[in-house]
Amino acid sequence: MTTKLFGAKVPRVEDQRFLRGQGRYVDDLLHDDPRLLHSAVLRSPHAHARITDIDVSDVLDLDGILAVWTWDDLTGPMAEPLPLLIPHPTLTHGRTQYALAKDEVNYVGEAIVFVVAVDRYVAEDAVSRIRVSYDHLEPVVGIDAARAAQRLVHDDVPGNVGARMEQENGDARAAIAAAPHVLTLDLDIERSACTPMEGRGTVARWDPDTSRLTVWSSTQTSTGVRGCVAAKLGLDLAKVDVVTPDVGGGFGVKVVHPWPEELLVPLAAMTLGRPVKFTEDRREHFISSAHERAQQHHVEVGFDDDGRVLGLDVEFWHDHGAYTPYGLIVPIITSTQLLGPYKPQNYRVVFESLYTNTVIVTPYRGAGRPQGCFVMERTMDAISAYLGKDRTEVRSTNFIQPDEFPYEHGLIFQDGRELTYDSGDYPASLAKLKELVGWDEFEDFRAEMAAQGRRVGIGLACYVEGTGVGPYEGAHVHIETSGKVKVATGLTTQGQGHQTAFAQIVADTLGVRFEDVEITTGDTRKMPYAVGTFASRAAVMSGSAIHLAALRAKEKALRIAAEALEASEEDLEIADGVVSVRGTDATIDLGTVAVLSNPLRYAFDEASKAATQFSVGDPGKPPVAEDDEPGLEGKDFYSPPRSTFANGMHAVIVETDPETAEITILKYAVVHDCGHLINPMIVEGQIHGGVAQGVGGALYERMAYDESGQLLNASFMDFLMPYVTEVPTTIDIDHLETPSPLNPLGIKGAGEAGVIPSAAVFAAAIEDAEGFPITAMPISPSELFDLRLAHADESHPLSEETR
Amino acid sequence: MSSQPEELHDVRLHVNGSVHEVRVPARRLLSDALRHDCGLTGTHVGCEHGVCGACTILVDGTPVRSCLMFAVSAVDAEITTVEGLTEADGSLSPVQQGFSDCHGLQCGFCTPGFLTTITAGLRDNPDPSEDEAREMIAGNLCRCTGYQNIVKSVMRAAEIQRGES
Repeated sequence: MTTKLFGAKVPRVEDQRFLRGQGRYVDDLLHDDPRLLHSAVLRSPHAHARITDIDVSDVLDLDGILAVWTWDDLTGPMAEPLPLLIPHPTLTHGRTQYALAKDEVNYVGEAIVFVVAVDRYVAEDAVSRIRVSYDHLEPVVGIDAARAAQRLVHDDVPGNVGARMEQENGDARAAIAAAPHVLTLDLDIERSACTPMEGRGTVARWDPDTSRLTVWSSTQTSTGVRGCVAAKLGLDLAKVDVVTPDVGGGFGVKVVHPWPEELLVPLAAMTLGRPVKFTEDRREHFISSAHERAQQHHVEVGFDDDGRVLGLDVEFWHDHGAYTPYGLIVPIITSTQLLGPYKPQNYRVVFESLYTNTVIVTPYRGAGRPQGCFVMERTMDAISAYLGKDRTEVRSTNFIQPDEFPYEHGLIFQDGRELTYDSGDYPASLAKLKELVGWDEFEDFRAEMAAQGRRVGIGLACYVEGTGVGPYEGAHVHIETSGKVKVATGLTTQGQGHQTAFAQIVADTLGVRFEDVEITTGDTRKMPYAVGTFASRAAVMSGSAIHLAALRAKEKALRIAAEALEASEEDLEIADGVVSVRGTDATIDLGTVAVLSNPLRYAFDEASKAATQFSVGDPGKPPVAEDDEPGLEGKDFYSPPRSTFANGMHAVIVETDPETAEITILKYAVVHDCGHLINPMIVEGQIHGGVAQGVGGALYERMAYDESGQLLNASFMDFLMPYVTEVPTTIDIDHLETPSPLNPLGIKGAGEAGVIPSAAVFAAAIEDAEGFPITAMPISPSELFDLRLAHADESHPLSEETR
Repeated sequence: MSSQPEELHDVRLHVNGSVHEVRVPARRLLSDALRHDCGLTGTHVGCEHGVCGACTILVDGTPVRSCLMFAVSAVDAEITTVEGLTEADGSLSPVQQGFSDCHGLQCGFCTPGFLTTITAGLRDNPDPSEDEAREMIAGNLCRCTGYQNIVKSVMRAAEIQRGES
């Protein structure tokens, strides 16, 4: 009998190639092709300028230079602005850049000239010899400057406002006015970024014999890239294949498409008739990919004596950088997911999405949720402090209760659907978290530490995460005559272990050996209908689609096997790839069923003889029945009515050094509920990674733009990504498995969760240690030290927040 | 800067027990030579300024950032890349096995640099404490794992190497 694999800690199959140095990332491809060309991009050194002249005369005759493109050399759709991927009615002033800058540059790093050469070194030499003349314009850097609007990023966008959006459920302002207690808070989050270890990269090869273009890209959406490349280069979709090889991390940034280079590389490959590669370097990744997180928030909250929120009014300002290719997804997520596990009686949210002369802003793991969580959890902590109540008690008072699901918030979510939570058990999660972190024992610990002259604090933060957004994913399952099972799903993989987790699902659903299942992701030749890997959606969407497709294949296998074994389908079972009739010795393996599924004229080996025309079939009927098709395959799609909502709660105990203000993590605890776990080992790995990224975001990482729009820390020397020395030595994890009713496997997404509550939970713990409010994150020891000085004379630091 | 073709140098690189004869300009980074001239793409380049550690290889047994070294400087050295860590019979080395056992990798991009670093680290210290394991990997960046399982992988690798399974 086949062991059930769903839910087991199955070791990852992809590890074998990665550990042997046999992974194939985009920069590894075609390295042995002597015709391969390389590219480099001249990028704007200025945050805001008009281009008056581009002089490439010095490089055209350089040895090893094949071609140079500026905007003037682009024609047709390539000369038009890049697509605005997700339009929204409130995005009244959406703007996107050109593949190569036309007349104006709006951030340091914007692409201006594209050079193709025999190698990257020569291409970079050429870039350094191109002369561009600029008329400088005053840059708009940071949310304050954008809001002040004394200068404009785009002349035709008044006030630098790309969008203003408002949603309301109930009457928040009236409820606040009538509430017994009111607090206001101003809360800020700075910029950060995904920074995967592998940057962006694209390789393209044009085959003149077949007039086909193959593009390999380090992307989170192969089908998205394919659609854009075909449209921009004027090719039929059928002439373009996009393949996503191994990807060295994404975390959101690689869902943006098409990057300028993702179009220019295929254009160059077609023009020059040779394969062309672009591999981004680290500085380029900092200044010409995408960032996220920067927002300012103003909160007004009215509540009763128990801390029950009666009205919540949130206004916030989102820095979306110089252009809006990804629409309003990040601020919409903040504005809706801010609510977390709570049910304020009345809620109003308004945001403005603002232009600045900085790198574009698109989703980074968490995608607006870390900011929303920070706002809501800081508010809960402020209410608790004001009322003198335990922070877990105020949260409990506001929780949506288990019997209230499905819970409708009366708002529209990022997918254009109602914000309706499907399931969860927040009181149970909180009970687990308190136990895990030792919440009730903390005051003893604090006293013990204080006796040693040490200062500690504890914080917690809760979140709800809409995962598995639509519109759909699909899967194709093919059982070969060898009994091997080949599965294709269209979304991509960037380290999540899809080849393992999806194979676990197939092995269980179909009743085959795990090692006989091979999963292909992100290859438009195998599955041209797909969306992509983002929003913690892969397990929910493709996992469900693969399950459904495997069921289709199984149905067919049982039908054919029943005929061959002269048994009833109900009496059959499949295990380890063998169909057997229960209670008898009669069996047939799936490979043979696959042979029988495909009536043959020609035998190609011993086994296939069984399917030839003189061996099988009723001579009175067509070999393939009217409503049937040859082959043992199953194909299906999964398209849910709406997202499924995972949730979790984190707690942290920190120590702050009384002298240096250094912040040390003593304990980190996570309670996580993503429904049924396919592979707990992989889910825990995702949580570990998210927590580490969250530690970076809370305590170390930020984008240090100066007032002229130069990114001062555009390297791993200066952008402080955590090493092992900065992360907690252990992360205690406990799971709750509240299944989703929305998909056949009861699963919810897990990819982003670990990073969502970090800013909130660290702010809470540091505040608890220090006794004054923490309203802006990230926080460095220097900033904490400055806050200590600022609060040194205040006896009741929280009172300044009340009115 | 001249537009004359660059002077090329014939370099014999000794990598994983094989000799690779490559013709490269003096400025060609060892990381690029290994990847693009020798075809050993297991060594990854994450930052090109010696901070992330993804490109770490062993030069005469010592971990070195191959993005901070020129190919022409490596002529007399014995180089080991991730491809050379696997045992002669094709099985995983103790360090590779440790990572497999403990889910010590996700996207796999930084992994080669960790594997080479830890291989050298365990040669110097075959029985590290957890703190020493952390110290051993404290110069390598990983964005996926949060390092939790990499530390476990080091401990597991040491265990395998010592013959305790």
